[in-house]
Formats: sequence, structure tokens, C-alpha cells
Amino acid sequence: MFTETLAQSGLGSRLLRLIAGPHGVDRYTELVDPMWTSEDRATVVRVRRSGRNLTVWLQPNHPVAFTAGQYLPVTVEIDGRRHTRCYSPANAEGVGLIELTIARHPGGVVSEYLHREARPGMTVGLSAPAGDFVLPTPLPRRLLLIAGGSGITPVMSMVRTLAQQWYDGEIAVLHYVRELEDSCYRDHLAMLPELRVLHACTREEGGELHGHVSAEHLTAAMADPDAVYVCGPHALVDAVRAHHPAAVTESFAPVPLVIPDTPGGGRVTFSDSGIDAENDARTLLDQAESAGLTPKTGCRMGICHTCTRRKVHGVVHNLTTGSISTDDDDAVQICVSVPVGDVDIAL
Amino acid sequence: MTHTPTLTPAQLEEFGRELDAIKEKVVADLGQVDVDYIRRVIKAQRGMEVAGRALLMFPPAWLVGTALLSVSKILDNMEIGHNIMHGQYEWTGDPALSGQTFEWDTACPAEHWRHSHNFTHHTFTNIVGMDRDIGYGILRMSEDQRWRPYYLGNPVYAFLLMVGFQYGVALHELETERIRSGEITLADKREVLEGIWRKTRRQVLKDYVAFPLLAGPFAPFVFAGNMTANLVRNVWAYSIIFCGHFPEGTEEFSVEQTRNETRGQWYYRQILGSANLTGGKLFHILSGNLSHQIEHHLFPDIPARRYAQIAPQVREICQRYGLPYNSGPLPKQFATVVRKIARLALPSRGSTKPAVVERVAA
Repeated sequence: MFTETLAQSGLGSRLLRLIAGPHGVDRYTELVDPMWTSEDRATVVRVRRSGRNLTVWLQPNHPVAFTAGQYLPVTVEIDGRRHTRCYSPANAEGVGLIELTIARHPGGVVSEYLHREARPGMTVGLSAPAGDFVLPTPLPRRLLLIAGGSGITPVMSMVRTLAQQWYDGEIAVLHYVRELEDSCYRDHLAMLPELRVLHACTREEGGELHGHVSAEHLTAAMADPDAVYVCGPHALVDAVRAHHPAAVTESFAPVPLVIPDTPGGGRVTFSDSGIDAENDARTLLDQAESAGLTPKTGCRMGICHTCTRRKVHGVVHNLTTGSISTDDDDAVQICVSVPVGDVDIAL
Repeated sequence: MTHTPTLTPAQLEEFGRELDAIKEKVVADLGQVDVDYIRRVIKAQRGMEVAGRALLMFPPAWLVGTALLSVSKILDNMEIGHNIMHGQYEWTGDPALSGQTFEWDTACPAEHWRHSHNFTHHTFTNIVGMDRDIGYGILRMSEDQRWRPYYLGNPVYAFLLMVGFQYGVALHELETERIRSGEITLADKREVLEGIWRKTRRQVLKDYVAFPLLAGPFAPFVFAGNMTANLVRNVWAYSIIFCGHFPEGTEEFSVEQTRNETRGQWYYRQILGSANLTGGKLFHILSGNLSHQIEHHLFPDIPARRYAQIAPQVREICQRYGLPYNSGPLPKQFATVVRKIARLALPSRGSTKPAVVERVAA
């Protein structure tokens, strides 16, 4: 907000851009306070840890306009490297603080880091909210919301937003958890009026229901709903779809932990050109050129960075350093990088 | 002068593998300390820049303001700009440290620099006819460049290049020598010219119009301070950079010699063509760690603060393979450069044909 005000007035802002050039105003102001920048960032203001779940409240430097159910890409720096993960806020739309609940995934770089290190004062980066897991207009009268594990967060945002809007239809929430303690929103859900809440525990007794998705569970939650929303692991989403083919879904996949040692296999997608080809284990540059593309290139030996491109998705192996890139949106040198399995590169 | 040994293909391969291993080890070890370091340098640079520009508006503090701004420009161009643009911090994923988008406080557009320096100079280092940093298209810096009467002015051109170094660097991508020889026309370089104009104009407006005007009655002081700071940076950058490849003992190569080079041969050429400067920690930072030119040319994209750490290993490898490791203090190295500039103003004694020895085993 600070820098926006500065940048608004015409001549003044041009002069400011000139004298702050070539780096720009943000690169000076952020050194005084990391929040004084036109980039979207947030400060952690509160942290709560309960079992496998961590909840953090973020104060963004600019208001975040998201629709209940959408996710927010959050960037954290771990040992000097930035990692971005998408989390669905659990707070209602239009609330100043962003509330994220993050389940700990064993081996998950970001979730384990946040569980260990998150504390008030920590800075994170934000990107624009996105996602189609949102309620339609006009709102359906009978709404069945199903969540698995931390998939409860977009559902929380929906029910909280609906409560704020004095929604007078029927809502049922069916939450699948391993054990009842994993349901960190149990008390909050209980406090919301006019809401039917069922917990199904998959590993032990404790909730109103037990075991995995079944016709009985769905009927117990709400028979003949007008709309069904389900957010959780693929298996849960598929199981719900078997009963409600029209369900709106969002699923999250666990981070792939097993990286094949041999390059090749799968397909290479050059997403900017809309071309894809079989991954033949040569460098991305060679494969791009074989596919008829002419990417910008220089030394072809990994020193000049002329060919560096954004890897949208997938695993690549750098032949000169031996390093392996697994994160989405990493910058990779295509002349010395060999794709492993399916890889999508912005070319 | 000792004769540089010829290495067998097998030796060169092993030599290359040993150097690769050094890089792999550094890359695996990169982490928070490296990012914290460069951010500290950036913070110091921006702080000095703001303080320097503020003090320049207060005439009694002119000298301090000019000194701070000079150091700020040196840090911006060398330890920060040059190194970030090499992609040394690409692994961090921080857009502020991205070599693809970084722009620096000098007349040369970063985009041009990435091509002429990162690619042309670092790939074809010291290959006469390919590495345009040999003489920058205006000087005779190698016996292998054929003498012409034009080169009688070598010392004068060198001096002018030193004083206006940022503009020399800005014009580098224009390839004036090819335009003068009629190989290409100015019209072919229209886009490059426009890029240079856009960037240089902004830099000139900033240092010589906007900031002086902001100082009101003290405008002349600010103008003079900014000009001095730019000059100090020019002379410093020129001195360090000319000591990278031109001191006595560095070698040039021919296109034929380097055809179908292996990685080991490429490393071999980088070592023989580069020279280091000795000095303290502050000197290394102010030189952008180009004082570790040999290590920089072997591994241009590892964070420069790591060069000091790997230098003993590189030196040991050179010793084992009998390769020279050219290193000396700035005054001594620069004196040999000045002597070379003066000597090459005149035609080479003896044979006029360059004596390029076939050193790299085919």
C-alpha cells in the first residue's frame, strides 16, 4: 500500500521510477521492511500446532481477494531456496487475516519446514489465488460438502462465508479423518448454526461414522443434495464421484518421493508451443530442437545461462552438477538438463 | 618463460573430471549462508547509495557522499550485478536474484551483457577472432592481432576506454569493428542501438539531470559527485577487468586450436587465459571476486564468495598437471598490462605471423 501510494501520482511516479532505477522502488523499501513492496507478501501473526495439523494466520501486505474454496500459492524460503505450495485458506471471504491449516506430510519439504519453523514474524510470499472449487451462483438449496483430511480448509471457508451471508439453505459437512484428533475444525464446525456435521474416522472408532466412503455415509450426511463438493485425496474424490458423478472436486496428490534414477521415459511437453514428444533421455535442448523448436541458446555446455527456462512441472537432472530439480517453476538450464519421466517445460 | 605442458587426451579427461568434482561439491553445499551473504551485500550497497546521494545534497559532506556513491556503484556492478547475471543465484528461485531479469546501475543494458559476456566471452575466452573482449574491438591486446598503423594510438584508446568504461561496455554489443570493416551495417544493429539508447538515456537523466535538480541550488555539487562516482567506478572496473586476461603470462588461442574442444580442454584454456589478483577480503569483494578470475572462468555460475574457498584446490590441481596459475597483486599485474598496451602499439618484432603453438593435444 505504501509503495502503491508513492507510485500513483503521474509525474512524481515517473521521477521516482527514474531515480530508483534500474532496480525499482521496491528493492529499496523492502530492505526497510519486507512488507513495503508491491509484491504480495504476508507476515505470520499467529501459530497453532495440534497433532498433525499446523494452523497459521497471515497478515498480507495487500488485501487478498479470493473466493471461498480457492487456493493460494504460498512461497517459503528453506535453506536459501524458494518453494511454493498451494493451500486453501480456511477463513471466510473478506476477512483480513488469512488462515491456513497445513497437515504434516512425512518427507514433505515445505510442510515439515513450516511445522518446525513457523512462528510469528516469519515472512512468506503470496501469489494470486486460483482454483475452480467455488460455489455457483445462485447458491443451491441443499449443499453436501465432503472433505478428506486437510481438504477441510476450503470447505471451512465456504461454510464460514455462507454463515456470514446469512445463507438459509441446508448444508451438510462430511469430514473423513484418520482419527478424531485430526479434525482440528471440529469445535468451529460445532459452533456454526444450521449445519449438519458428520465425522468419519477411517482408522479408529470415534466419529459419527466409521470407515471409507459408502452410499450409507453419503445418505446419512444428506440424501438428494442439489450440489456436492468434495476435496481430498484422489481415492476419496473418486469414491464420491462413483455415487455423485456431477460432484465438483478438488484433489491433492502427495509429493512424489520416489525419483527414478534413469533419465527418459514419459513425455516432454513444450507447453508454450503446444508440442509434446516422447522423452528420449537426451537434454531438453536437444529434444526441443528435434521437435522443431529453436530455443534461445548460447554455450551449449551449461555455463552461460542463455537457455535457462522455467520448468513448469516434472523432474530434471542437471548433468554438470548432478543436482536434481523436482519443484514446479524451477529455472533449469535446458542444454545440460535431462528430463526424468514426464516433464513440462515453458518453451 | 616456462613452457606450458601439453596434456594427453587421457590426462585432460581426468583433469576435467577433477574440476567437475569441485563444482559438484560446491553446488551440493549451497544454502542459506550464500543467500544471506549476497543479501547483506545488496543491503550495504543500497544503504550506501541512499546515504551517498543524500549527503551529496549537503556540500560540506561532498567527499563522503561521493565516496559512498562510488563504492555503491562498484558493488552494484561487480559483486552484485555481474555475479547475479551469471546465474550464480538462480538456484534460490528468488526473482530479485534472477540472472535472467537483473538490471544494473551502468550504461550497458543487462540483456546485451548477458550475450556478449556470459556467452561470447565466457565460452570463447581468449580465442583470437572469437572472444571480443580481446581489445574490445578497439585495442590491440594480443600479438595475434595483426598490427595496423591505427594501433599506434593503443595507449590513448586504452586511456579513453578506462575513463569512459561504462560507455565502452555499453557499445560493446554494437560490434563497431564489424561495422567499420563493412561486414555489417549500422542498420543491422538498429535494435541493439535502440537498447543502448534507452538504457544510457535513463542512466544519464538519473545521474546528471534528476538528482542534480532535486538538490536545487546545490545541483552542481550533485552533478560533480555523480560524475566522480561514475569515473571512480569506471577506472576501478577497468583495472580489475584488464587484469583478468591481459597480464604477462596469460595465453591466447587460435580458432583451429580450439575446434572440437572437450570439457577438459575448455577448462585448460580457461586456466591458461586467466589471471588472479591477490589481496584481502575487502579487496576481493570490491573486485566482485573477479580477483579469482581463474576460478570464475572455470565455474562462472557458482556464487563468487565460494571462489576463495576452492582456489587452493584449483591451484593444487594446476600444480599437479604442471599448469601455470597466474596470480599477483594488482599494481604488479596492472603494470604488465600497461606495458603490453604500449608494446602492442608497435608492430611485433621478428616474425609478423602470430606464433600460435599447438598446445592442446588434438
